[in-house]
Amino acid sequence: MLENLIVFILASIIGSEVISKVPAMLHTPLMSGSNAISGITIVGALIVAGMVGDVWAMWIGFAAVIVATINVVGGFLVTDRMLQMFKKKD
Amino acid sequence: MKQNLINIAYLVSGIMFIYGLKHLQSPATARKGNQLAAIGMLVAIVATLFFKELLTPVQMLLGVIIGAGIGVFLARKVEMTGMPELVAAFNGFGGVASALVAGAEIARLMAHNAADTGGNEFTAVSAITISLSILIGMITFTGSFVAFGKLSERISGNPISFIGMRLITIVFLLTAVGATIWMAMESGAFPGINEPILYGAIALAVAGAFLGVLLVIPIGGADMPVVVALLNSYSGLAAAATGFVLNNNALIISGALVGASGLILTNIMCVAMNRSLLNVLIGGFGGDSGGPEGGGTSTAGMTVNSTSPEDVAILLSYATKVIFVPGYGMAVAQAQHAVRELSEELAKKGVDVKFAVHPVAGRMPGHMNVLLAEANVPYDQLFEMDEINAEFDTTDVAVVIGANDVVNPAARHDKSSPIYGMPILNVDKAATSIVLKRSMRPGYAGIDNELFYNSNNQMLFGDAKASISAVTNEVKQL
Repeated sequence: MLENLIVFILASIIGSEVISKVPAMLHTPLMSGSNAISGITIVGALIVAGMVGDVWAMWIGFAAVIVATINVVGGFLVTDRMLQMFKKKD
Repeated sequence: MKQNLINIAYLVSGIMFIYGLKHLQSPATARKGNQLAAIGMLVAIVATLFFKELLTPVQMLLGVIIGAGIGVFLARKVEMTGMPELVAAFNGFGGVASALVAGAEIARLMAHNAADTGGNEFTAVSAITISLSILIGMITFTGSFVAFGKLSERISGNPISFIGMRLITIVFLLTAVGATIWMAMESGAFPGINEPILYGAIALAVAGAFLGVLLVIPIGGADMPVVVALLNSYSGLAAAATGFVLNNNALIISGALVGASGLILTNIMCVAMNRSLLNVLIGGFGGDSGGPEGGGTSTAGMTVNSTSPEDVAILLSYATKVIFVPGYGMAVAQAQHAVRELSEELAKKGVDVKFAVHPVAGRMPGHMNVLLAEANVPYDQLFEMDEINAEFDTTDVAVVIGANDVVNPAARHDKSSPIYGMPILNVDKAATSIVLKRSMRPGYAGIDNELFYNSNNQMLFGDAKASISAVTNEVKQL
């Protein structure tokens, strides 16, 4: 538990340092991109749902896998679509 | 051994997320950064699929394929103007995923087989982490979908509140706390069906769902950037809470990164409106249709100068320096392509053209930049408020397209104005300002705008897209 908390705090500090330097111009892609990262829950869903024989755990986890994947795949794709539009003057 | 490999894979993906986000510090590297983060995600998923002994690999893979299909469809289909609501929807999916994983973990612990629990005992700490995961996940879920409804105008953008709303909010909060305590008292109870834990989890999910709705319905349209950023942060915190539940560092690291990102954005949005987060969340400020006139300078009896596309075209064509100020009205009118065309015509005539973007212009952080990028406006023409504000003094014409409160000079000097103290774009300092507007309706803060009554300001009434196109045609003929 304490180990988890240490990891959480350190990651929060790194995140704050890195993200506070993102320019306002890229705030929307930052949101949708970081949102896709929060879809990491898919890993949790796979672990919980895939490792037990329990039917309930399996189906709830199955639903979690679907929604988390929507979040991950949709989030990264739409961020990519946005970012490819940002061009310098040629 | 396998567990070590998994942990190394999670470390690698965590590092890729951090460097991916770091690449977002510049538009030149941002796309690569996003791809890096996506690969990091792939590493985490593949490592989980390969090294964990999944009992139901076919179902899991099927789930991934279904979700990926829906994700691809939504990401491809959306128009750039629909981006705020899509981001909100994806956010909601992330939130509900966290709540579901916590639910599945409870089901797993209850499965009457001690071996399945992996030796994990249900402790008071697990009760708290599971509760947080369900609660934050559900708040994110329903809150994001209410935001989705507001942003896509499926429900009214006006703040909605009713008598007793705060009381109900408190009741649900207490329910959540009570349910958590109830569950915590059952520590050591697993394995086996346990009713307090089961009902406690259901109560938490219901309370979270209502709290999410209650969080977002009182928020007016103009305050949406704050709440979208806040929900973004919640989705990260929900993932991190799930990481605590499963003792999984990949979830904790990623969740912390997203949580931090959302909080930073929330803070930036609040500062840009000179309001505290609490003040925004209490809500009731700024509907879509504009409320009655608030305080501020009385404008009764004052007149505005109205102008025509022909006059605007002449003014712009002979200017040395022009700054465009886009706002939500540009998004509504879908005028971004017309604006880009006009800016190109002016550049051909040797006019120095720039765009000034206020941090809270639009419905989510960075909304205007995405729309202008879509319309092929190069990003080196886009400037943030602090970069460009000093330049208005030397600007011949400032053209305001569908922005209102963010250019209201009352924010600088009128202490009775609700937006007093909010940093604004100094459009009034330009030699001439032109405001494109449908009518004299007040802005989202529901207050009148002094700028419109300035002697060096001219109003160009009508649909922004049609007006800009008309101006462009005139410019071409000059």
